[in-house]
Amino acid sequence: MKTFKIGGIYIEEYKLSAGERTKVITLPQQVVVPLRHYAGKPSIPQVKRGDFVKVGQLIGLADGFVSANVHSPVSGKVAKIDNALDAYGYKYPSVFIDVIGDDWLETIDLTPEVNHTCELTSSEIIKKIAESGIVGLGGATFPTHVKLTIPAGKKAEVLIINGAECEPFLTCDHQLMLEKGEEIIVGVTILMKALNVKKALIGIECNKNDAIINIKKWAKTEEGIEVVPLQTKYPQGCEKQLIEALTGRRVPRGGLPVDVGAVVQNVATTFAVYEAVQKNKPLIERIITVTGKSMSQPGNFWVRIGTPLSHVVEQVGGIPEDTGKIVAGGPMMGRALFSLEVAVAKGTSGLLFIPSTEAYRKKVENCIRCSKCVFACPMGLEPYLLMSLGEKMLWEEMQKNQALDCIECGSCSFICPSHRPLLDYIKNGKVAINNIKINSNN
Amino acid sequence: MNVILISVLSLGGIGALSALILYFVAQKFQIFEDPRIDEVEAVLPAANCGGCGYPGCRAFATACVKAESLDNLVCPVGGAPVMEKVASILGKAATTITPTIAVVRCGGSCEYRPRVNIYDGVKTCAIVHQLYQGETLCSWGCLGFGDCVTACTFDAIHINPQTLLPEVDEEKCTSCGLCVKACPRNIIELRQKGPKSRRIYVNCVNQDKGAVNKKVCTVACIGCSKCQQVCNYDAITIANNLAYIDDEKCKLCRKCVDVCPTNSIVEINFPPRKTKTETSSNISITEQ
Repeated sequence: MKTFKIGGIYIEEYKLSAGERTKVITLPQQVVVPLRHYAGKPSIPQVKRGDFVKVGQLIGLADGFVSANVHSPVSGKVAKIDNALDAYGYKYPSVFIDVIGDDWLETIDLTPEVNHTCELTSSEIIKKIAESGIVGLGGATFPTHVKLTIPAGKKAEVLIINGAECEPFLTCDHQLMLEKGEEIIVGVTILMKALNVKKALIGIECNKNDAIINIKKWAKTEEGIEVVPLQTKYPQGCEKQLIEALTGRRVPRGGLPVDVGAVVQNVATTFAVYEAVQKNKPLIERIITVTGKSMSQPGNFWVRIGTPLSHVVEQVGGIPEDTGKIVAGGPMMGRALFSLEVAVAKGTSGLLFIPSTEAYRKKVENCIRCSKCVFACPMGLEPYLLMSLGEKMLWEEMQKNQALDCIECGSCSFICPSHRPLLDYIKNGKVAINNIKINSNN
Repeated sequence: MNVILISVLSLGGIGALSALILYFVAQKFQIFEDPRIDEVEAVLPAANCGGCGYPGCRAFATACVKAESLDNLVCPVGGAPVMEKVASILGKAATTITPTIAVVRCGGSCEYRPRVNIYDGVKTCAIVHQLYQGETLCSWGCLGFGDCVTACTFDAIHINPQTLLPEVDEEKCTSCGLCVKACPRNIIELRQKGPKSRRIYVNCVNQDKGAVNKKVCTVACIGCSKCQQVCNYDAITIANNLAYIDDEKCKLCRKCVDVCPTNSIVEINFPPRKTKTETSSNISITEQ
């Protein structure tokens, strides 16, 4: 079975919520829609206090190219436009909407029938995607229309659909592939048309056999789509590793996937593209996995963007008793929350309850030079070296040792028998190096 | 006999020849170094802290000797006495230095700014700052992991275990500015030490709206501008919901300390006030 060659680790999967049918989280009393979902500029608010909005109405206009539109996920009255906490604890402008009823825009097609025919041209599709505010739903939330716009002089040859979902615990993409296989395949054909490519590869890890079977069944109906089962190995869902696993090509250092002729999209993004193009529905909801070892009923839930996490927790039966830490996202790359008063953003893929016995870090011991981190690193870096350079704040040396190539997958910190906080120091170094770069450019 | 003579002569000859070559080489490639650099370096504190902006005391001494005037050259560690000595060696006019001290502008101790979560990762402020807002709900204030303590080469700043905030040792602080650079949240500022080490400053850097930061910290500046109105010397400015006292304009009258509703303006090293009626007479004394 195919997989990437350098590094990677095998982790226990704990896919506790696998096969749980998606349920819908009811609407909260108030939603807080962040205007910044990604590493770009915040959108410009298009509504003001007291305005009535409908579901799907534009409330934030993209500011510049690397930015995405934001639409109202609920109908109701705009309470205020103010700064709200994001998962990092920093404040960003958000739109607070008091929910009144559930009144959708008339232009959105709510019929369940799958619409196969797409008459739009490539540029029209990309324009439609940009208007619908679609961002990469795998977690990085990079605006999709930017990814689909191929830079001049380069050519996309193959579309890669990321169904790997290599993070333990998370099952939101898995469940989507089971329930919306037909729609995803239509989405793939739309993306192929947008990119003008003849071939698409869907990479799914072999621990999701039922999803592979379902997607294969629907893929047969269209030409040029191939479903490739992959070994279960972390971090296969990372763009560069997935490209290597599926095509055998390695993205050059500092390069983009399109340098090797590939464009990668997540399955959830593909589904959002289908809904935007065929049903005229902007990105206003997503599936999140709520799970944890001590949870009685882990599951997958459709949640409107902007729903406070406290509301989600309430709906799924409250916080399990022995919880010591709550993580937004998966256990490897997710982020521990300091408060549940944070809204679901476009990139929130899961909510994970970690029991208090496992919530704390273990005691940090000395590096024993076992080089496990070197073998685990999927980018071929030397994490132990980068950490010791980071401790001494030797940023230039860190840059020479390619710290900026780090994809922050956390394999090194996970595998370290001395529990050393390798990734913490590397991340810190990356920020410092980027700051130096920005300062020297000015 | 012959053997001894030949050895002595040949070795002596080689020695003499080498000496000659060395002499000419030394003449040819001689580098003239101003002897005053050594003299200046001798009076500098030899802390090599870099507070002056030069890599070590030697580099600073060289810069002093080369510079036409000592206007922008100040050794923060040595202060005025050292700079006067340097000036007398070089025969240049010494710049007048107002003594400064590092001031930690955060009053959010555990009592006023409760800890709401536990951080058990790497205990350095730089990493916590880029990770999230910290153990309290204030995203501006002190994180309390002591990057400033690590940075200080004079052992002059320490975390107080009661308040979990750094405290500056006035005797030891040389205002070299290493802690200012180390703090990722720019809380530490070099301010004038003031007469008899008396000074007044806003003990907060929170730029959120008053309603927001009052919830997370009871001693946060809420930007109410009461201090600005009461100040007779135009020393207080309000920007981004935060008051700032200009230490050059401040006359230490302490009126702002009295009116501040959240006690975020603090006075240091003032004698304790006796009663309310006597405060006015106190002010006139300090103004002189």
